[in-house]
Amino acid sequence: MSVDKATVAKIANLARIAVPEDQLEPLADELSNILDWVEQLSEVDTEGVPPMTSVADMTLPLRVDVVTDDDRRDDVLANPPEQEMGFFVVPKVIE
Amino acid sequence: MADLTELTLSAARDGLENNEFSSKEMTEAHIDAMADAGVLNAFITATPELALEEAVASDTRRAAGNAGPLDGLPLAIKDLFCTQGVLATAASHILDGFHPPYESTVTANLRRDGAVFLGKTNMDEFAMGSSNETSFYGPVVNPWRRNGADTPIVPGGSSGGSAAAVAARLALAATGTDTGGSIRQPAAFSGIVGLKPTYGRCSRWGIIAFASSLDQAGPMTRSVRDAALMLGSMSGHDPKDSTSADMPVPDFEAVVDQGVKGLKIGIPKEYRVDGMPEEVENLWRQGTQWLQDAGAETVDVSLPQTRYALPAYYIVAPAEASSNLARYDGVRYGLRKEGENLIDMYERTRGEGFGAEVRRRILIGTYVLSAGYYDAHYLKAQKVRTLIARDFATCFELVDAILTPTVPFPAFGQGEKSNDPIAMYLNDVFTVPASLAGLPGISIPAGLSSDGLPLGLQVLGKPFDEETVLRTGRALELAADFSAGPKKWWRAVV
Repeated sequence: MSVDKATVAKIANLARIAVPEDQLEPLADELSNILDWVEQLSEVDTEGVPPMTSVADMTLPLRVDVVTDDDRRDDVLANPPEQEMGFFVVPKVIE
Repeated sequence: MADLTELTLSAARDGLENNEFSSKEMTEAHIDAMADAGVLNAFITATPELALEEAVASDTRRAAGNAGPLDGLPLAIKDLFCTQGVLATAASHILDGFHPPYESTVTANLRRDGAVFLGKTNMDEFAMGSSNETSFYGPVVNPWRRNGADTPIVPGGSSGGSAAAVAARLALAATGTDTGGSIRQPAAFSGIVGLKPTYGRCSRWGIIAFASSLDQAGPMTRSVRDAALMLGSMSGHDPKDSTSADMPVPDFEAVVDQGVKGLKIGIPKEYRVDGMPEEVENLWRQGTQWLQDAGAETVDVSLPQTRYALPAYYIVAPAEASSNLARYDGVRYGLRKEGENLIDMYERTRGEGFGAEVRRRILIGTYVLSAGYYDAHYLKAQKVRTLIARDFATCFELVDAILTPTVPFPAFGQGEKSNDPIAMYLNDVFTVPASLAGLPGISIPAGLSSDGLPLGLQVLGKPFDEETVLRTGRALELAADFSAGPKKWWRAVV
């Protein structure tokens, strides 16, 4: 179960992480080592075993769907790298 | 006056209550100690001015008769907790300049009880690491050194700065977080007590997320009593964390000295790895004997799936991390690297902002969650996780607590394992199983290796039974009588 250079490029794209071309090959080796190592899980018989979705023995609580924390625009806009007139600014997305 | 930095948290509390010294004096002593310890790199952000303001306010509260359970006690806070208005980095470049406008629930609880915050401690980037070498702000140096050597030793991780700060007497105690061992392993490497509570005991709200089904905050202290005292303040139900347990917080400190007479302690035969030094095995045997001498009955037990815990963890945790870390996009906070378009901006920001280990885990997580691999990897690991939890549940039908070594070896030198991810992951082989099962665990400093570095013993308990974990930990602490501390060599280093 090894990943090749093309697979690394694909998952890096899915993860939106720029990976320089010369690092793809070493990363493929690193990830392959880790994935080969986790492959030992296939030895475990999990027939009929339910996957664990939560370790907490509880039912998720519900709350009334009302606003509890409003009027925080200035807090929300306290940290962006770029903002304008009360909005986050991103590179142009409409041609 | 005695050196105020040498007191335990509970002794300092008692001294403040008896007006033997003020919080201002106590806080100043720690600020001075921090200033002398720059070479350890234990803090990312020190906040001495804020700490002094808080100390003075605490002294005023105490004079008015309004002191809380932790009033005036200077603590260090892992830089994974958001504290209002103070830089929060998770030791990552990608959070450059982020000043959270809110306070995490755990730190808010500590403030409610009067604690003073000295600053934010260094850690592995996004809590991913076992040596504190993945921090964007540089590695933390363990205050402990091997006998007769000056090789820099790692403090463990990810809560390495917190562990070093407590061991070096830069803070009375510190907060840590534990996803797969990040409180217990650095506690063992640094000769202090580290407690990971049951999943759900402490709110995760305001703690920068790594793997949400595993992350849990806990105390790092110099005594078991201190851990009980601090846990009492940190815990409690929080509606802002949907997995926070809605149950009462016991008086943990009250049970610490109840002893282990009549308790059954399991000794799991699977907690051994190839090449585990004999001194670790001997210490474990010694710990078993100590608990027997204190009146406990020890029972050989089996946790058959133990060896699969680590590989299951290295699917589950990166999968959750890849999802949690998707939020760092250069738009709302932190680093931005301009690009030709929106996608290019995301990719450059994340390419530059994440370090090698974080990138590796995001890629693994993305891979195991991607179409075609989800069932074979992620779902399989989730099923193995169920089996591991069942192992513990079966075991806890027979025993009240479980005793194991915390880590299969003592702390290692900087750089010795950083080029081999899997060797690094093996640090957590004894801590990860309880994390996957959500169980409470404590590491107690119990002895020294042949080259003079601390070794820890771990006690694991049933869900929400921190009380038995603390009692058992206290029995080990009494028997081990671990009074050694690091020599303060760093004071001479400018």
